[in-house]
Parts: sequence; C-alpha cells; structure tokens
Amino acid sequence: MNGMNHDFHRPDLELQRFRRRVRLMAACVLLALTALFARLFHLQVTQEEYYATRAESNRISLVPIAPTRGNIEDRNGIVLARNHSAFTLEITPSKTMNLDQTIAELSEFVTIEAKDIKRFRRFLEESRNFESIPLRTRLTDAEVARFTARRYRFPGVEVKARLFRQYPQGALAAHALGYISRINDDDLKWIEAEAEKTERRLVYKGTSLIGKTGLEKRYEFDLHGTTGHEQVEVDHQGRAVRVLARSAPVPGSDLALTLDVPLQKMAEVTFGQRRGSLVALDPRNGAILALVSSPAFDPNLFVDGIRFEDWDALNNNPDRPMLNRAIYSAYPPGSTFKPLMAMAALAEGKRTPEQTIADPGYFFFGNHRFMDDKIGGHGIVDMRKSIVASCNTYYYHLANDMGIESIARFMASLGLGTPTGIDIPGESAGVLPSPEWKQKRFRKPEQQKWFPGETISVGIGQGYNAYTTLQMAHALANILNHGQVFRPHLVAAIRNPETREVRQLETQPVRVIPLDPKHVEFIKRAMEGVNREGTAARAFRGATYSSGGKTGTAQVFSLRGQRYAAGRIRERLRDHSWFIAFAPVEEPRIVLAVMVENGGFGAVSAAPIARQILDFHLEGKGKEGPAPEIDAPEDGPDAIPAAIPAALPAPAEDAHARP
Amino acid sequence: MHDPRLAQRLRHWPRRIRQHLDLPLLLVVFLLMGVGFCTVYSASADAPLRLNRQFINMGVALVVMVAVSQFPPQKLMRLAVPLYCLGVFLLVCVALFGVSVNGSRRWLSLGFTRIQPSEIMKVAMPLMLAWFFHRYESELRPRHFGLAALLLIVPFLLILKQPDLGTSLLVGAAGFFVIFFAGLSWKIILGMTAAAAAAAPFLWSMVLEDYQRRRILTLIDPTSDPLGAGYHIIQSTIAIGSGGPFGKGWMQGTQTHLEFIPEKHTDFIFAVFSEEWGLAGNTILLVLFALLILRGLAIAVSAPTLFSRLLAGAVSLVFFIYAFVNMGMVSGILPVVGVPLPFISYGGTALATLMLGIGILMSISTHRSP
Repeated sequence: MNGMNHDFHRPDLELQRFRRRVRLMAACVLLALTALFARLFHLQVTQEEYYATRAESNRISLVPIAPTRGNIEDRNGIVLARNHSAFTLEITPSKTMNLDQTIAELSEFVTIEAKDIKRFRRFLEESRNFESIPLRTRLTDAEVARFTARRYRFPGVEVKARLFRQYPQGALAAHALGYISRINDDDLKWIEAEAEKTERRLVYKGTSLIGKTGLEKRYEFDLHGTTGHEQVEVDHQGRAVRVLARSAPVPGSDLALTLDVPLQKMAEVTFGQRRGSLVALDPRNGAILALVSSPAFDPNLFVDGIRFEDWDALNNNPDRPMLNRAIYSAYPPGSTFKPLMAMAALAEGKRTPEQTIADPGYFFFGNHRFMDDKIGGHGIVDMRKSIVASCNTYYYHLANDMGIESIARFMASLGLGTPTGIDIPGESAGVLPSPEWKQKRFRKPEQQKWFPGETISVGIGQGYNAYTTLQMAHALANILNHGQVFRPHLVAAIRNPETREVRQLETQPVRVIPLDPKHVEFIKRAMEGVNREGTAARAFRGATYSSGGKTGTAQVFSLRGQRYAAGRIRERLRDHSWFIAFAPVEEPRIVLAVMVENGGFGAVSAAPIARQILDFHLEGKGKEGPAPEIDAPEDGPDAIPAAIPAALPAPAEDAHARP
Repeated sequence: MHDPRLAQRLRHWPRRIRQHLDLPLLLVVFLLMGVGFCTVYSASADAPLRLNRQFINMGVALVVMVAVSQFPPQKLMRLAVPLYCLGVFLLVCVALFGVSVNGSRRWLSLGFTRIQPSEIMKVAMPLMLAWFFHRYESELRPRHFGLAALLLIVPFLLILKQPDLGTSLLVGAAGFFVIFFAGLSWKIILGMTAAAAAAAPFLWSMVLEDYQRRRILTLIDPTSDPLGAGYHIIQSTIAIGSGGPFGKGWMQGTQTHLEFIPEKHTDFIFAVFSEEWGLAGNTILLVLFALLILRGLAIAVSAPTLFSRLLAGAVSLVFFIYAFVNMGMVSGILPVVGVPLPFISYGGTALATLMLGIGILMSISTHRSP
C-alpha cells in the first residue's frame, strides 16, 4: 500500500506507469487483432473450400419439374384420362411455425373447409415433414391473387400449379383404368424395386401422384415420363430467386387402348344396376374391347385425395364397387364349361361328335345319384345336343371317362387355372381343380385326397371349378382362334408424344394349343345351335347375324336335393348367371363372357346382355338402357345338379372368395 | 459585422476548425466510413431507403465529431458530472418506466420519441471516471479506487439487467480502462480475475439471462441448434469462409444477397464485408482498426493532463473492444453479443456516439496546453 501511495504522488512515475500500461495495451490490441487475423485466415484460406461448398449448397437448390403424365385413349382416340392444370395451396410443415394458426390465418383469404383440413391432417400423418402438403386444391384466380399479395406473412406456404388427372368419362371403364393417388411408402418401395429391376433411374421427386390400380398402375412407368429439373438460386426461405440451369421434363407416353368406348358404354348401360362383370375381346388378337365390372367407382374422386366419406361409402358398400370382378372374382363356370369339356373330349380323343349316350335324367356313381335338371332326361344325346340342350348326364359320363388328370391338363392348356396375363394388376388365377391342386390347397390329409366323385361335378363346371369372367372369355377365344393364344390386353400401343415413336404390344401369339380345325368348327356350330334352338334361343330370337353361345349357372346356395325355385330364395343367395358367346360364327370378331351375380339362370339375365352387346358391335345398333330379364325357357332351367355329393363341401357358396 | 474582430474570426473559421482536426485520425475514419457505406450499400439491396438515412447519419456524426473537437478538454471535463448524473437518472427511469422491446427494457419514451439512455453512458462513464481521478489526482488513496469502482458498477448493473449485454460490456470496459490507466494495482486486477473465475458458476446461474447462457453454449457448439441460436453463427462463418482470400466481389455475396446472413446491415455486417472482399479486405480492415486504436493511444501518451490521458486511453481501447467483440462474434470465436462494428454497421446513434469519441480524441490531440 505504501508503494502505491508513493507512486500516486510522483507525477513523473505516474506518467511512466501510464505509458507502460498503454504500451502493454497496444501490444494486447495487436495480439488480439493478430488472433482475429489467424481465425479469418483459417476460415478464408484453410477452410475456404468447405465453406464455399456450404455457401453453394445453401444457394443452389435442385427443383424437380414433374413431367406431364401420359394420356389414355381408346381405340377411336376418345380420351379416357388426361391432365389439367390447377393451382393448389400447399404447406411445408417444417417451414411453418404454428400449423393451426397458419391455417386459421389462411382461411381469411382462401376458403378452407373442414374437409380440406381433415384431408390435410391425413396427408400430414402419412408424409414426411419436409414435403409440401396440399391444403386446398383448385384455387380460384381470386384466391390465388389474395394469397399472393400476403405471401410474405406465410413462410412455408406456397401456391403451386399442379397437373391433375382427369377422367372425362367419369366412372366409365374405371376398373380398367384404375386411379392415381398420393404416393405412399409402399409406392416408394415399388418404385425402388422397379428401378433396380429395370436398371433405370426413376425420379419421382416433384411427382405427388402415382397409379394405384388398373392401367394407371400397370403402365405407371410409361405414363409417368422423366422428371426434369431446374437449378435455381434460392434465398434463405427456400424461395427461387432465379433459374441457373434447366433440363426439361419428358412427358409420359400415351396409351392407346384396345377398348372401344362406345361398346364399353353400351355394355355398362346394359348392365344397369346389376352386379357382375363382362369381358369382350377380339379372339383374333386378344384385344379387349370392353371390360365391365359392375358396380364401378368414379376415379376422379381419388385424384386430389379422396374424402373420407367417399372412401367409406365405397368400402362399406355391400356391392363392393372397388372390386374388379372381371379379373379377380372367380365363380364356378356352370354349364359354360360344357363346350370346353366337349373340346377336351375331342382333342383327347375320348369322344367323337357322333357318339351318343342315353340320358335317363341321372347318373349313378357308386351309390350316389347325380341329377340332370330335366326330369326324365334328354333321351338319346350326342355331343351337339349335349351342348345345345345343356345335358348334364352326358358330361357326368364324359368326366368319369376322361378322369380329372386329363381334364385338368387340357383345361390348363386353354389357360384356365392360371392368370391370363392381362395388363392390369390384381388378376386371380381361378381354381382349376386337380389332385395336385387339392393337395396344395388343403392342410389336413383327409381333405387332400381327391375323390373320384368330385370329378363328376367338375365335368359340369361345378365342384371346385372357379374361373374369372376374363378367363372364360380367354379360353373360348383360344379355341375359336384355333389354338393361337394371345395374351388378353387393354393397351394396343404406347406412344411417346415427343419422339412420336409407337410401340405396338401383344402382336404375336404367346403359344399355340394343337387343336384340330374340324373340332373347332364342330364346337362353333354346336354353340351356334345354342343361340338358334337351344337354351339361349329366346335371347337371340331375330338376330341378323350368326352367333354362338352357351348359358351357365353357378350355384351360390346348396339346395341338397330340393328343386330350385328362384322366387323363394333371397336375392343374394340366387345363382350366378353366366353367358359366353361369340359372333359371327364364320369369322368370330368378338368373344363375350358375361357373369351376373345372383342373376339366376344364365339364359334369363346374362344372355340378354350379351345379345344387346353383340347387336351393337356387329350391327352398330344399340338399345339404350339395361337389358331386360327374359322369362325362363319352358324346357326347364339351365343345367343344375340336383344334388351335390355329400362328401363335398358346398362348393359355390363362397366361390368368388376363393383364391 | 461591425465588429472587425468578429469579422476576422469569421474569415478565419475554416482554418480554426481545421486546426483542431487530427488528420491521421480523420483519414482512417474516412476510410472506415467509406468501407462502411459500401458494405451497407451491398447489404441494403432490399432496402434502398436505408442508404439515404445512413448518408444523413454520417453527416450528422461528422458534425458531432467536428463540434466536439473544437472544445478543449477542460470544457468537456465540466460536462462529466452532469452527464453522468443524467445518465444514471435516466437508467433508473428506464428500470422503472422503460419500454420493453423484444423482451428487454432499454428504451425510455419521451412521448414524441424514444431514447436509449445506456448510449449516453458510453460517453459519460469514461468522462466521469477520468474527471474523478483528475479531481483527486494529488490525494489518491485506495479508497478512491473503491469509489471509482462503485461509480462504474451501478450503471453497469442497471444496463446489464435491462438486459443489454453488449452495451453493459462496452460501458464496463470504458470505465475499467480508465481505472486501469489510473494505476489500479496489478494485485487487485489479478485478485479480481481470480474472484471472477471463482464466481463464474454463480454468475452463470444467477446473473446471466437465459438467452445469454444459450448464446455462450451455442458458441461452443453452433451445430447443437442449427436453426435456432446457432443459425447466425453458422451462416456468418459460411459467409466469411466462402469469401476466400479475395472475396466474391462487391455486391456478389450470395450469403448476403440471398439473405442467409441475419442482421446483415447491423451486427453481422462484418460477414457481408468478409464474403465480398475476402481475406484481403479483412486485412485492410484490421490494419485500419489497428491504426485507429494506435493513433488514439499515441494521443493518450502525449496528452498533457491526467484527465485527457485517461479519457483518450479509455476511448481508444473502447474502439478496440467494439471492433474485436464484433468481429470475434461474427467469425465465431466470441459469443453473440449485440455490438455493432464501429464505423461500418448501419445505425445513427451508434455512429454518432463513436464520432463523439473521435471528436474527444481530436480535441485532446489538438489542445496541447493544459
């Protein structure tokens, strides 16, 4: 302390100390500034590259430009799916502070309904945080203007011009077209797998919608196109300031369908309110002319996110409008199986057309009696009559003589029991019964054994038999085309809109079944007889063209020995009605398979539908409105087995639910 | 005009004014302000009006500087006590009736305008303490140092609790440098440093505000909160680093023009400058600041009175604190503290205060007779 006092009163010493301290501080200042220089040197020289890269990645953002999805047109050039542009209001949740508040404030300028918010919430749960999620679609110009003027208040909210899918024909051919909807995780996995499989780069950045079913799914990677991108300079909020480089997107290819929209429309109208399905194809090349699954849905509902109520209504509808019955639901073919059995007998040399049986109205197998539907039987029956009059007893005998292995082998060659390969997903294989099939199908050893009695039911298209409408049309077409098997297909050609390159599909038969043309001719003529004087004669009375057909009835409900009386049975338990047909007989240009669920006898409800469609296709003459149900023919209903062997489970009760 | 002496004085006034301007200091300040204006220009592409205002700010600040430089230090000394008392009084008013902006109570509303009394303390504090030591020069006892510390600590705490860490730091530093140059014993300095280190945990939890703690933690690891508190530092270091040795060129800084740099025209303007002018520009800037500070210290060394010595030394080092804290913060070696870069950052009040300091230095430099 003394020294201190001493210093304070010696101005010269005090000045010296002051100068010492100033020098010290000057040194400190220089040292500190040098340290700062060292830091700046480190940042700007040593680590320049690192920070330059960071600045660059800050600045430059690669913005994907989604390509325009390809259009879908029918064979006449009628547009079934196209795109239209609309503004959407989208929110990127990660860039938004308070979602609820933002939405509340936005609703002052843009109409936001409860359903929009509900849909937004659902998307929010499904998606990742950094994606932009649509809140409102189809903004009006006024709404766009109102929002744009206040955009600065809403970070993370943008108006985007997006292309929407539009199905101008509404629900027409919905099951063939399918629909598109938002990409989910499963879709991403699918894209990844497809990219690996085809070794293509599939860029879906910027694309929000993807095919979910039907052609939209099957041809997704043709329809989608190639994503382009823009290198843009962005500001700190991620907004584009200017474009530095651009590679244009390549639009998706257009699909030219084999479908004939007027025929399709006619077929759907003809179906009316009935449940069921119809496939019309050209036997000469497998081109599908019409594919109906009734009831259908409006694919437009899915485009900007289906509303919960709509989805609920579609899913809980007991008529199951989302189910593609034509390719997925397999039913016992009933008597429509008989021409195929006859073909098998001819091809395998088990019968000649002239061989006859005497039909007493039943067939004994062991101690079990299989009934014909006509009391007292059909008398002397040859092959032609067996088809025209639909005689069960003939086929009980035939099945017994051929044996299940032989039947299964021939039917498999026609394409039954395997998917036809149609170019829409979700096709079922149906059930072609055989001992091997049974072994695979059942677990318990006692169920795995094939009983010879089961072969007898298979002979008339009952038993375990179950085929899709498409399979029946396909099998018949294969016969009519003399064994030349074309894969049934909806897309005739894929057209690249830029290069104008057209890729034709399915121009060659995939395989050939060795069939004798004489046998084919015989089957055609026998089926012609069905429409002329047989079970479908009423439905085809007055037709100006030649046609062949075959009615069929698939049992829903096992009556166990009782006679069938439609009036006494609730509608859902009524039999399914089948009809297969072709025309003209000489050079068939169209093959039809029609299945009406709970339609009763094939001749009653399915055959009139077929008649109207053939009229329209061959004569261009269309009766508007649903086809009428005609009265059951007087000579008794179509072939129904009066009894099912007790050893069998009731076969057709849940026929369409079988795999 | 009838008085010939007055007429003569008026005829000679430009020369009289000029003789009180310190030319080296003036040159450095002009260069710094030139750099500042160019940088504010680049940082204000989105707000052109700001340039007009900064131009006016510079003019006002120059007038302040020239005016202050004309007063001899003795006259400035007379202002010390009233200015200090007014400052403390206003700070107490702020604490009682102040206006809160963004969670800190710094402003006092006068009805037609708002003032920030802590700004007054930046000048009043070194003036007051220099006056104090000058007043008791011949009878200095250790208790005077205690009293000086009290004069320092009251306004310091008032400003710290507003809270305004940046200003309290500058005011505190200004006062401390006066006491230091007045001869505060090294023993006490070391003892206080040790005590501060010991009290640090207490200060950490009791004195520092939540946001201040977060800033310090963010400095240690900016990536811990890349979109929150760390964002400023990350983006400013990217700007500086990407500038490289020679910079991206004036008006070419992407970090600046795409608004990745927050507060780009005020506290973070150094990042703008660094990005566009690179290490070369930074070196020049550092040299200019060094020249400014060394010139100020040289003025202090040759000042005739204790008051002017202490004042010049403290003011010079406050410039250093300003510049170092700001550049250190922007380049990521110091925590984020609201201190502008002297002569470069946009803002009228800060610039006027700084030029007032320059004016004081010039006054001391040009009024040599005690």
